[in-house]
Amino acid sequence: MTDISQRTNENPSWLKRNKLAIAPWIFLVPALIFFAIYVVIPIFESLWLSLYEWNGLYTADGQSTATWVGFQNYVKLWDDPNFWVSLRNNLAWLILYMLAVPAGLMIALFLNQTVTGMRFYKSMFFFPFVISQVVVGLIFGWFYNPDFGVVGTIWKWAFCEETVNILGNATFKCARPVPDILSSPEWATYGIIFAGLWPQVAYCMILYLTGLNNVAADQIEAARLDGAKGWKMLWFVVIPQLRPATFIAVVVTVIGALRSFDMIAIMTQGGPFGSTNVLAHYMFEVAISEYGERYGYGSAVASVLFAIMLVYISYFLWRMYQDEKDSR
Amino acid sequence: MAGVTKANWEDTMIKTLKGAVAALALTATSAIAGDLVINFDDLNPGPKQGFDDMIAQFKQENPDINVITNVNDREAHKTAIRNFLTADAPDVTSWYPGNRMAPFVDAGLFQPVDDVWDANNFHEDLAAIKATMSRDGKIWGVPYSYYQWGIYYRKDVFDLLELSEPQTWDELLAACAKMKDNGVTPFTIGTKFLWTAAGVFDYLNLRTNGYDVHNDLTAGKIKYTDPRIVKTFENWKVLIDECGFVDNHASMSWQDAIAPFANGDAAMYVMGNFSVDGYKNAGLTDAQIDFMPFPTIDASVPLAEEAPADAFFIPTNAKNVEDAKKFLAFVARPDVQTKLNKTIGQLPINAKAEISDDKFIQEGFALLNSATGIAQFYDRDAPAAMAKAGMEGFQEFMLDTSKMMAVLERLDQVQTEVYK
Repeated sequence: MTDISQRTNENPSWLKRNKLAIAPWIFLVPALIFFAIYVVIPIFESLWLSLYEWNGLYTADGQSTATWVGFQNYVKLWDDPNFWVSLRNNLAWLILYMLAVPAGLMIALFLNQTVTGMRFYKSMFFFPFVISQVVVGLIFGWFYNPDFGVVGTIWKWAFCEETVNILGNATFKCARPVPDILSSPEWATYGIIFAGLWPQVAYCMILYLTGLNNVAADQIEAARLDGAKGWKMLWFVVIPQLRPATFIAVVVTVIGALRSFDMIAIMTQGGPFGSTNVLAHYMFEVAISEYGERYGYGSAVASVLFAIMLVYISYFLWRMYQDEKDSR
Repeated sequence: MAGVTKANWEDTMIKTLKGAVAALALTATSAIAGDLVINFDDLNPGPKQGFDDMIAQFKQENPDINVITNVNDREAHKTAIRNFLTADAPDVTSWYPGNRMAPFVDAGLFQPVDDVWDANNFHEDLAAIKATMSRDGKIWGVPYSYYQWGIYYRKDVFDLLELSEPQTWDELLAACAKMKDNGVTPFTIGTKFLWTAAGVFDYLNLRTNGYDVHNDLTAGKIKYTDPRIVKTFENWKVLIDECGFVDNHASMSWQDAIAPFANGDAAMYVMGNFSVDGYKNAGLTDAQIDFMPFPTIDASVPLAEEAPADAFFIPTNAKNVEDAKKFLAFVARPDVQTKLNKTIGQLPINAKAEISDDKFIQEGFALLNSATGIAQFYDRDAPAAMAKAGMEGFQEFMLDTSKMMAVLERLDQVQTEVYK
């Protein structure tokens, strides 16, 4: 009896011996399979496709009609003014979207007080983040509309007078034409970014509000005894303690800026004449939209966008890894 | 006015969303022998009614054929067809002739139907559209309907200003001057979705240079910086400077642009006949609106018109080709085209068909019968990538005419890439 039990203890099965090492992988497998099917494989597929010219069609017996063109799509991209406009807009999004972080902090500081009904105000400020980006885009589209939007109405009140036209119907005569923000090649992108900031500020605000809950009261008190107040208190005492919240806020804002597809699709479809495109939307336009059907070229745009994101993602992963190492 | 524009905007949005859902949900109706699967692409009440009536008649005449129909939204159909032609082909599908059918013909996804044309005397009866239905020397489908483009105008405004329909370019410019003096913007347009600008370009080009130049340009045989096309753009600049379009046209859809027209702020609209419904929904009556052909610019250029057609095609993977051809022959029959087009408010293509007594249909019929050439539309005659770049160029030019040469040079560059 004792012999047998001893033997099993000395020679446990391979599975049993490596139980601790294997268990995590078993739990990871389903996620890894889906991640591979929906993320990793498509990445390589689209890199591969970017070396072809293809209109997305198969022949009647299911053969792809793609033809190999090597790096020609990338050469074309280099000479394509629309690509550079999209890239520049991507950059504008990245830079201006960062305003959401300080703006969110300001609102969070403002809301971080105990007044009756504060919960209600907080939820009102958080509201734009809850509604869908599509709805935000639609609302701001109306907001900017020169005919019936808020901008148009205020402008008409200031610069226009109501008259009757030749048929006796009411119409407006304006000293200066109403600004048409979403149709102006110079301003349309900024108009969309401003609309995008609305929910993004709310998101940063909620991150900072939770962060502010964890700010150590004793440190605040100690700083106060030392005579710190106002900006100094904020800069040297509060903000350092909010570092984790700031890190997350920056991360989600960068991701938000790079994901700006839906607002553009709703508000301008990349127009007027492609001047509000970003790479994500340009890729869609080239490959999938009604006048697209150039899947190889679209994949080339996607690959460039991927390369740009890769830089950021690598930094993010490296940073996470460093943090993990420190805390261990 | 605001209500109308906003509602239209919402309408477009909802349609887009609905289209996306419908594309996903498009039922894959699998067929067995004796079944005839037909995919149609218009859910608007008029066209759907016309199609349903036509199918009912076909069933009555052919009780042994079990007809299965899938009716989808236009936009959703454009996405779905790319898939179902290979994966799960119906026996008949609606699609557009011209360059829109070219990718499918080139990939071998449609089958030629020359025998249907031979057997039914279509070469004569459908002559108006034969050229655009052909590619590589074969005929690929049967058209069932088309509609005219031209200028829709406010008759009451014209009467107040004592204007008659301008026949020539100079008369048009003179009429515009009078309108502007009286505070009326001559033209309305909404270029947000780009294609409306292509209608204006096509007409200016057809009138300045004629049908052959239109075809050569969309076929990539002449450059955009060609002196003839530059001339078209110069005329366009004159039209913008001396006539003028409504402000903010780049943020309006074609439906939004009806608002200033209905209000009497703008008097003319270069549009297709499908827009008449929109005018009537905006409260205008038949007495207030009228139609005129686009005036001549160069008297020596024969008049060609723009009239996009809709057609039925047989996919290569169709299972019931015999009955599909029977259906195609049926669709182009004069009595069927008469009835169908009366319901959908468009023009029959069969020369032997009759037309309804609607005044716009009557005028359109007369116009197209006298035309020396029928163009489809810039975005149907030119390949997709060229059309997209071209129409963006048109919009850019309309917003700032000083960019003319820069726009044309860029289009040349796109042209060399698209037509290799």
